Amino acid sequence: MRELRPHTIIALVEDRPGVLNRIANKWRQRGFNIESLAVGHSETPGLSRMTIVVDANTDADQVVKQLDKLVEVVEIRDISEERKVARELALVKVHATAQNRSQIIEIVDIFRAEIVDVGPDSVIIEVTGEGDKIDTMFNLLVDYGIVEMVRTGSVALVRGPASSTPARHDLGEEPFERYPESEPPYSDK
Amino acid sequence: MELSGAQMVMECLAREGVEHIFGLPGGSNLPLYDALPQYPQMQHILVKHEQCAAHAADGYARVTGKVGVCFATSGPGATNLVTGIANAWMDSVPMVAITGEVVTGLIGRDGFQEADITGITLPITKHNYLALDVHELPGMVREAFYIASTGRPGPVLIDIPRDVFQQRAEFVYPEKVELRGYRPNVVADREQVNKAVELIAKSERPLILAGHGVIISGAFDELREFAEKANIPVITTLLGIGGFPGSHPLNLGMPGMHGMYWNNIAISESDLVLGIGMRFDDRVTGRLRDFAPGAKIIHVDIDAAEIGKNVQPAAALHGDVKAVLSELNKLVEHRERPDWFARLDDLKREHPSITIRETDRLLPQYVIQKIYDCSGDDFYTVTGVGQHQMWAAQYYRSDKPARFVTSGGLGTMGFEIAAALGVQVAKPGDLVWSICGDGGFQMTLQNLAVISEHNLPIKFAIMNNSYLGMVRQWQTLFYGDRRIATPLKNPDFVKLAEAYDILGMRVTDKSQVESVIYKAIDHPGPVVIDFQVRGDENIFPMVPPGAALQETIDLPQFEEEKVETLA
Repeated sequence: MRELRPHTIIALVEDRPGVLNRIANKWRQRGFNIESLAVGHSETPGLSRMTIVVDANTDADQVVKQLDKLVEVVEIRDISEERKVARELALVKVHATAQNRSQIIEIVDIFRAEIVDVGPDSVIIEVTGEGDKIDTMFNLLVDYGIVEMVRTGSVALVRGPASSTPARHDLGEEPFERYPESEPPYSDK
Repeated sequence: MELSGAQMVMECLAREGVEHIFGLPGGSNLPLYDALPQYPQMQHILVKHEQCAAHAADGYARVTGKVGVCFATSGPGATNLVTGIANAWMDSVPMVAITGEVVTGLIGRDGFQEADITGITLPITKHNYLALDVHELPGMVREAFYIASTGRPGPVLIDIPRDVFQQRAEFVYPEKVELRGYRPNVVADREQVNKAVELIAKSERPLILAGHGVIISGAFDELREFAEKANIPVITTLLGIGGFPGSHPLNLGMPGMHGMYWNNIAISESDLVLGIGMRFDDRVTGRLRDFAPGAKIIHVDIDAAEIGKNVQPAAALHGDVKAVLSELNKLVEHRERPDWFARLDDLKREHPSITIRETDRLLPQYVIQKIYDCSGDDFYTVTGVGQHQMWAAQYYRSDKPARFVTSGGLGTMGFEIAAALGVQVAKPGDLVWSICGDGGFQMTLQNLAVISEHNLPIKFAIMNNSYLGMVRQWQTLFYGDRRIATPLKNPDFVKLAEAYDILGMRVTDKSQVESVIYKAIDHPGPVVIDFQVRGDENIFPMVPPGAALQETIDLPQFEEEKVETLA
């Protein structure tokens, strides 16, 4: 329990069947509480990039270390302390009548959101931003009557020219390939 | 060359230098068994239950340092392996388990003898595979051995459907293993090494807690040099036993729940604890928040996830124990610590935790000590789980490394028979003692038939107290001595041995102990000895569950027949 705020962890993982199951299994087994998870293709074919947000009561250091033990997890880092861009997308369906639609549009403009669908009694708003921004907008829209909402969970990258998940040998760690000597560490001492 | 999937697997095993396989055939892995005769360099040992195959591979791996290999068929064959795989997982034992699976067309359709064994073993394997294409097999097997044996070792399972075993393809053996997400070779951070050296130099009351990692990395010489050079006493955890010479003056024995009283108090008074290749398990630390309250921690481990998991170290040396100790040995300096050693001597003198009391009764600890005394200086000890295991650990004093085999993390009763089988197969010319409980013995005893068939000269010493002894002890101490479901109605173990064509002997009196032990050692085949020991004997010292090390109950001077309940 180092500090009371959520941690953002990003990982590069092999894009193979069963990988998400392995990761989810670690969470379940070790009792980690995950607030959100977003997965999609990365810039490298065969690798997916994950953004994981864990709640403040979860030991993020253990999350990183335990997931790193999975063979399919290629790179993983806690970027909570880094300068980063983190964004989440939400679609919010709100009751909207002819009378209050303009008020809703005003809120949408303030948050630089967009109305992506309009019906006789409702609108769907698309909003992108950090979680706090979406929460704030949601609270303002509650009074109009929210029909439903969907959120993607946060995706994040570290600011600046470097990769968010630099390959470890670039960080001075030993490269991965080396077959062990055929002799076991001890035989008949 | 074109091979069937089954031949590919066998070809890969041959290239890994596998000599022994423990297993049991069934419908789904029959093609694999059909290929066995083409590889006479490998001996297959047919077990009576797949749990035994996994434990045997486990015992085999622990005493050779090689990867243990076991085979099972799909469904129940595979699920019977699960306990053995979990045991290897908890104790970081390198193992490759190859299971048959129903044909690919049936997977996911609840086929006969189908079990989702890759799903089931997900939390208890280092990695696992389901092979759906014969072309994947050579790479998978090679990777499996690589993953199982490198870094922190562990079990890897490969599940292969029957039709994949039967498909034929060109055999292409991968030149090297390329796993971009797996990096077992880590080198401890230089800054942390220097920090550790500084902490050691400053420390007045240091202790080493040496674990299984010392044995796994083969760091016996390095640990000895380190302890002697830095002049630090060594406590060995249950799985660390055999990582440091038993008779060495710096060896303090075992800590923790049934460890030496002096160790538990010393840890509590220490100002520096060096955890070397160990994971600060709850049986070692007692109540965690009161563990070593005055000590800074140096933690050496190859598994980054162990560092900081239970205790926060002042210096975190993430690396292979052997490499880290070699590095430290170049840097540490000798320091006399007369007050600390005097304090340790006092503790040992005032609380001689494991003294065996004078009595005419047949005590299990007396039997175990006699076994050790009579067996010379080079023999293997395999134990089950429970009171006898703790006595076996407490009295163990051998100087030879990696000869004490026990189920530590999982605590699997029945391990003693199956693991001893694997140990004796690996070490055919050596004396192997299996110290058994009467409860655990009956969990895997069907494999006596295997031991008899191969005339494996294992000496089984059953500490027969007609109880599930450790559970009975907890009932006595913490549940008002209400002995529910712990008294055992045992078979005649001598007759049972004879039914398997094994020499059976019974000992009811202290005076017979030595002669029977010698007779067993001299007998060329397997032996089962039924030591009918005192049933009410309790193992001390003891840290009550949930208590701190400071609250260790030392060996009490109880009256012979009466043990007070603490409930």
